Amino acid sequence: MTTATVKIEETAIQDRPILEIKDLAITFTTGAGEFKAVKNAHLSIMPGETVAIVGESGSGKSTTALAAIGLLPGNGRVTGGQILLDGEDIAHASERRMIELRGSHIGMVPQDPMSNLNPVWKIGYQVRETLKANGRPDGPDDVARVLAEAGLPDAHRRARQYPHEFSGGMRQRALIAIGLSCAPKLLIADEPTSALDVTVQRRILDHLEKMTTELGTSVLLITHDLGLAAERADKVVVMYQGNVVEAGPSLELLRNPQHPYTKRLVESAPSLASRRIQSAKEQGVEAADLLVPAAAGRARDEVLQVRNLRKVYKLRQGMGQSTDFAAVDDVSFSVKRGTTTAIVGESGSGKSTVAKMVLRLESPTEGQIIFDGVDTAGLKGKELFTFRRRVQPIFQDPYGSLDPMYNIYRTIEEPLRIHKIGDAASREKKVRELLDQVALPQGTMQRYPNELSGGQRQRVAIARALALDPEVIICDEAVSALDVLVQAQVLNLLTELQSELGLTYLFITHDLAVVRQIADHVCVMEKGKLVETGTTDDVFDAPQQDYTRALLNAIPGASLLLPPAVA
Amino acid sequence: MSNTKHFVAPVEETPLLATDSLRTDQAPLSLWADAWRKLRRRPMFIISSLMILFLLFVAFFPGAFTSVDPNNNCQLSNSEAGPTAGHPFGFTLQGCDVYARVIHGTQASLSVGVLSVLCVLVIGVTLGALAGYYGGWLDAVLARLGDIFFALPLVLGALVITQLPLFRENKSVWTVVFVISMLAWPQMARITRGAVIEVRNADFVTAARSLGVSRFGALVRHVLPNALAPVIVLATLELGVFIVAEATLSFLGIGLPASVMSWGNDISAANASIRTNPSILLYPAGALSITVLSFIMLGDAVRDALDPKSRQR
Repeated sequence: MTTATVKIEETAIQDRPILEIKDLAITFTTGAGEFKAVKNAHLSIMPGETVAIVGESGSGKSTTALAAIGLLPGNGRVTGGQILLDGEDIAHASERRMIELRGSHIGMVPQDPMSNLNPVWKIGYQVRETLKANGRPDGPDDVARVLAEAGLPDAHRRARQYPHEFSGGMRQRALIAIGLSCAPKLLIADEPTSALDVTVQRRILDHLEKMTTELGTSVLLITHDLGLAAERADKVVVMYQGNVVEAGPSLELLRNPQHPYTKRLVESAPSLASRRIQSAKEQGVEAADLLVPAAAGRARDEVLQVRNLRKVYKLRQGMGQSTDFAAVDDVSFSVKRGTTTAIVGESGSGKSTVAKMVLRLESPTEGQIIFDGVDTAGLKGKELFTFRRRVQPIFQDPYGSLDPMYNIYRTIEEPLRIHKIGDAASREKKVRELLDQVALPQGTMQRYPNELSGGQRQRVAIARALALDPEVIICDEAVSALDVLVQAQVLNLLTELQSELGLTYLFITHDLAVVRQIADHVCVMEKGKLVETGTTDDVFDAPQQDYTRALLNAIPGASLLLPPAVA
Repeated sequence: MSNTKHFVAPVEETPLLATDSLRTDQAPLSLWADAWRKLRRRPMFIISSLMILFLLFVAFFPGAFTSVDPNNNCQLSNSEAGPTAGHPFGFTLQGCDVYARVIHGTQASLSVGVLSVLCVLVIGVTLGALAGYYGGWLDAVLARLGDIFFALPLVLGALVITQLPLFRENKSVWTVVFVISMLAWPQMARITRGAVIEVRNADFVTAARSLGVSRFGALVRHVLPNALAPVIVLATLELGVFIVAEATLSFLGIGLPASVMSWGNDISAANASIRTNPSILLYPAGALSITVLSFIMLGDAVRDALDPKSRQR
């Protein structure tokens, strides 16, 4: 009897989670009153385990993690529940105790590598600061060792450099080095790779996994990407509106989602999708209002041809000297009417420059862009004005692309007014129709952009682009800034509009998963050059180039096998 | 074991909402409406704007406060006399009614302030916006031009300009406005330029351009309205500063002519009797301080209300 009790206690100690959050509630006090950001969160992380919190923005996932390290913003406080770190409740621990715990017991890798390193201090100094604060040896060799462990080559020299001399991936490695420098028992990684290219993301996550396995560190990974979470974590916790709605082993949860929200997430996770979204019409739904004769009657000619496009920027090197830098180098492709062509590449590949030149916001150094049989370089005055009407852009940042001083009605009406189409009454009718097309209530008209969510703003941007009945729409990372579910919604909308209006899309993106969902043709760009083109199926099923293969392999969750019913 | 359990919360606890549904419970709000909503709850704004309204009323209808003619009713027998019935602030060295002079001085001070700010706004915003928006050589030329005026201290510059025969012989409210605007527009131009540069690369400007809006059209329709907030704040603050500048110039004898009633002139005149009767100095100086304080308080309140960082819901 006694021995049995002792045994149970021993197992209990071994099985004690490194972090256990019970019924956590967090309230923010704002000018508008009390706001419950987290209502009921609970999770547990065993030693050495990786747990991922998945959820959309505003679901409370980051707030939960910040509470665990005691770094809630000044107006937020824990109003209920417990946060047990190795058995000790730290939900209301003193600031002194939290300072002791941070670094040595809990480490943190923040989201944005661009703003989380102090630009005026050398990298080495910032690592040393952490070591010193936790009473560890902080000589130059120790600093270099920490950096080298995080995978930075030539660490001694790197330690003497400033953050601006580092690329995004290297900065994130430096931040990981700082986070893990004191071998904490728990590492909180808040969207550690969201700001990075997919291939870099993969390398960083691989390295993080290796390091934490060696140190035996538990990881609390916060991400919006279900595919990434399932691939990297042992357990996944799904948060929605401040509550944990589902939690369980990653694969189990992915293959057998129970809560309707999780089901919705699994259905629309782009990294898990395996085919192009099809519009209702293409799926065989016979609806008369979907069949627009104009779209059906148009021949599938090549509406846009890009030939040997080249764009050279002069980089200033001081003292009046400059070197040439080819942002776009000998790029040729063509786009068939009514189809979607995606240009994929990592940052710096020149894909956005191509988009700007097609829109004639930049002029090419060499090469031609032929729109509907006419070279756009020669367009002037009235012809250019007409061209603007036929080719419309949708931009990446839904918070930046709408004028905050214009209400939604004025925003969508502006192109009509500029091109002097119709009178006030007919323009208002058109705006109402456009809002219907993008599935926004007509009451949106009097609202201002700051009252809308990112997805709603993007739908307004689509309505504005459609106002002039364009033929080609250039989407520059149009869904990259959106939450997964909203992204799926916008992609579906774009597909419906394409089949309804016969639109042609040129889709610029870094996200191959999105390409899979929307594109018919793919152009892969690397460092200004076009490395591979083909139909989406060909490129995804049989990539010809190493670079394309690397990109495809880096899609998080791509290797996870899902039953066809879910995928 | 608890950590391998597959947990599912009851659906009723967190009912599933439609993805990305529009919030329709609040009235639509423009930036200005939003700023107004914030402003009207701030005590600093309420106090300062009530004070300014009162000052404006005094400036337009001085007759409602005093029936004494400030200039032509002076009797040397009253020189430096204390307050009496009907003359609550006493008399100046020349035997003029201090209260009447303070009331009538409001008009000159406020009109110099308002007119100077309007001139500075026209010159500074135009040049600053063009420089910031088009950049290149225009920016370089305008920036250097601004620097020249920036380098001149107000008093020194005013001394030089007002000594020109044209100004020396035609002293009036307008010459003071001209001198102040000449020397103060570069700051407004700089602020506008900075704000315009910040906005000109915004996506919505690019979007407007690709809709077919001309380059200048985009400046007027999209860039300027979005760059106005810091300009309005600076204008409110400068109103107070310019009123002080007028008083300074008048005190030095290079501002308003003695025939125009102004606090600066009165402070200057009272300087002579500061030892014998300091209250003569105190009243116009107090009126000046209160006026400047109300404009600066208003400027602070407006700045807080227009702060883009506070505009997230």
